[in-house]
Amino acid sequence: MFGPLVVKPGSSRKNKTGSWRTELTPKFLKKNCTGCKLCMSVCPEGCIIEGSEKNQLACDYEYCKGCGACAVVCPKGDIIMVKESKEEAK
Amino acid sequence: MKHFLEGSFAVAEIVKLCKPGVISAYPITPQTHIVEELAQMVADGELDSQFVNVESEHSAASVVLGAVATGVRAYTATSSQGLLYMGEVLFNIAGLRLPVILTCANRAVSAPINIWNDHQDSVSMRDTGWIQLFAEDNQEVVDLHLMAYKLGEDKSMMLPVMVCMDGFILTHGIETVDIPTQEQVDKFLPPYSPLYKLDPANPLTLGPLVDPDAYMETRYAIQETLKDALKLIPQITADFAKIFGRHYNGLIEEYKLKDAERVIVAMGSVCGTIKDVVDELRAKGKKVGLLKITSYRPFPEQEIYEALKNVSKVGVLDRALSLGSYAPLAGEMKAVFFGKKKKPQIISSFVAGLGGRDITKNSIKEIFRLLTTKEKACEFIDLKPELLKEKYE
Amino acid sequence: MKDIRIHARAGQGAITTAALLGYAYFLKGMYPYAFPHFGAARMGAPMNAFVRVDAVPVRLRSQVYEPDYVIIVDATLMRGFNCFAGLKEKGVALINAKDGEIEKPRIKASQKVFVVPASDIALKTIGRPLGNTALLGAFAAATEEIDLNTILDAINKRFVGKYQEANIQAAKQGYEFIKNIKR
Repeated sequence: MFGPLVVKPGSSRKNKTGSWRTELTPKFLKKNCTGCKLCMSVCPEGCIIEGSEKNQLACDYEYCKGCGACAVVCPKGDIIMVKESKEEAK
Repeated sequence: MKHFLEGSFAVAEIVKLCKPGVISAYPITPQTHIVEELAQMVADGELDSQFVNVESEHSAASVVLGAVATGVRAYTATSSQGLLYMGEVLFNIAGLRLPVILTCANRAVSAPINIWNDHQDSVSMRDTGWIQLFAEDNQEVVDLHLMAYKLGEDKSMMLPVMVCMDGFILTHGIETVDIPTQEQVDKFLPPYSPLYKLDPANPLTLGPLVDPDAYMETRYAIQETLKDALKLIPQITADFAKIFGRHYNGLIEEYKLKDAERVIVAMGSVCGTIKDVVDELRAKGKKVGLLKITSYRPFPEQEIYEALKNVSKVGVLDRALSLGSYAPLAGEMKAVFFGKKKKPQIISSFVAGLGGRDITKNSIKEIFRLLTTKEKACEFIDLKPELLKEKYE
Repeated sequence: MKDIRIHARAGQGAITTAALLGYAYFLKGMYPYAFPHFGAARMGAPMNAFVRVDAVPVRLRSQVYEPDYVIIVDATLMRGFNCFAGLKEKGVALINAKDGEIEKPRIKASQKVFVVPASDIALKTIGRPLGNTALLGAFAAATEEIDLNTILDAINKRFVGKYQEANIQAAKQGYEFIKNIKR
């Protein structure tokens, strides 16, 4: 008899962490973005995925926890944290 | 073929025949000769295995954990402090259901430091989820190692097995041992084929965080599997007998119990001494016997009950303590009979042979003498009261 | 069942002696159990090795308190220990010493003591004062428990090269020494 000890790949996709966001959510302004991808490299969920050219990067809100790391590292200030209720991010 | 072999070398020989892919160990008295010999075999090219030198027992246990997790048969050995230092990893190995085989050369635990034999080390690790088998002589040591691999690696088990052999008495004792041939071993023990393994081609995570939603089930599964082991062990010993011609029960051994009125319960090499005393006392008409426990984990409650339900006086000999409570084996023996209709009139508890204090025939006779209608609780045999007069003021 | 107790210091080869003697019994088809008991785990510390042998597998695991035979590898141990403690009524003791070098122990008339210059024999044959194999040869002659050839077979199995031949010579000379006394 065995309990659940082994996890197959793909489990992070099943676990949609978007629900973890509290009030702030990142907004990608797509104005001054140089495409340096620093935001991509710090994102703990690896959910900054869309596009790879400048002004194309965006995150997948199904997984974004709203941690704000992307907004902090963006050298151009092109990602800002906004209140989710007022600003419909999607 | 029969050899005149030191116990440690006999272990190395049988481990070699089981062909572990990885061996990792850190030397500690009295385990040292086992791993020295295995390291030599690997260096000489006699054994195609990777011998991983490590800086501690914690690492040795971690290496064999990793090895078995990748689907390779592995082996380690230790003693005393070394086993305790492995403790954290021992829980992990069992928790991950990895059939590591470990030889524990039983030795007392510090402080005060003592290199001689008792059972405190392995008994202290009884709750790790490992199967623990205690050997009486070096032939049984050899045979139990072989059965340990077959048992632990059975697809219904996937549990680690610790073979316990008394330090010095068996590890350094030289006696006649029949070492099987490679053909016989191969016939008995198939190559290890795991249910799951770490493999880059088919990635998976072993041992992820398991939250309160699922942790209890992993523990329940081991508890139930160990119950199943009580059924599997006799099947494995029966298979063993077919190929090697040596018969073991694997759980317990009853020695002259049929009409016995006074019985000692014990584990390990002291059972040999007790058998000699039983024969001597029987020759004088005394109805005495021995119940040897081979499988301490899982604990063969039902078999013990059947063996002792009609015996009036039972003395349990512990070579370890659970300080501040019943001696470990004695407490469990009482639990076996609690609430049962048929049970011994008394179950007395005796502690002997700690830290290598020699257990002589007289020690055993003393236990039989003290097995009266008055129940003894944790009675120390061969104690020297004069040493307790130390005053530190 | 026969019990043999060897008194030595750690490093003097008492375990090898017990192993060789045990192996000789094994070659005879008997069931020996040879085992050490260490005191302080360091060289020079007094220690014992034992051989217990029977026609059936030995089950008794305690040390030897009532030996049939005692082998004293280092006679200086007799100063601090009663090496003859528990020696059986018809027991035999072998002491590695030169005649006159030690005071012969007071023992019962039924017991026998042989003094063998095993270290001297070893110095001549092996080149080092390790009298174990000379004592084993002497043991064969003194006890008649086991014949010299079986002891030599055991030595042949244990040693190789020049030490094999040297130890065989030592055992033979130990054997002859006792035979000469007995004559």
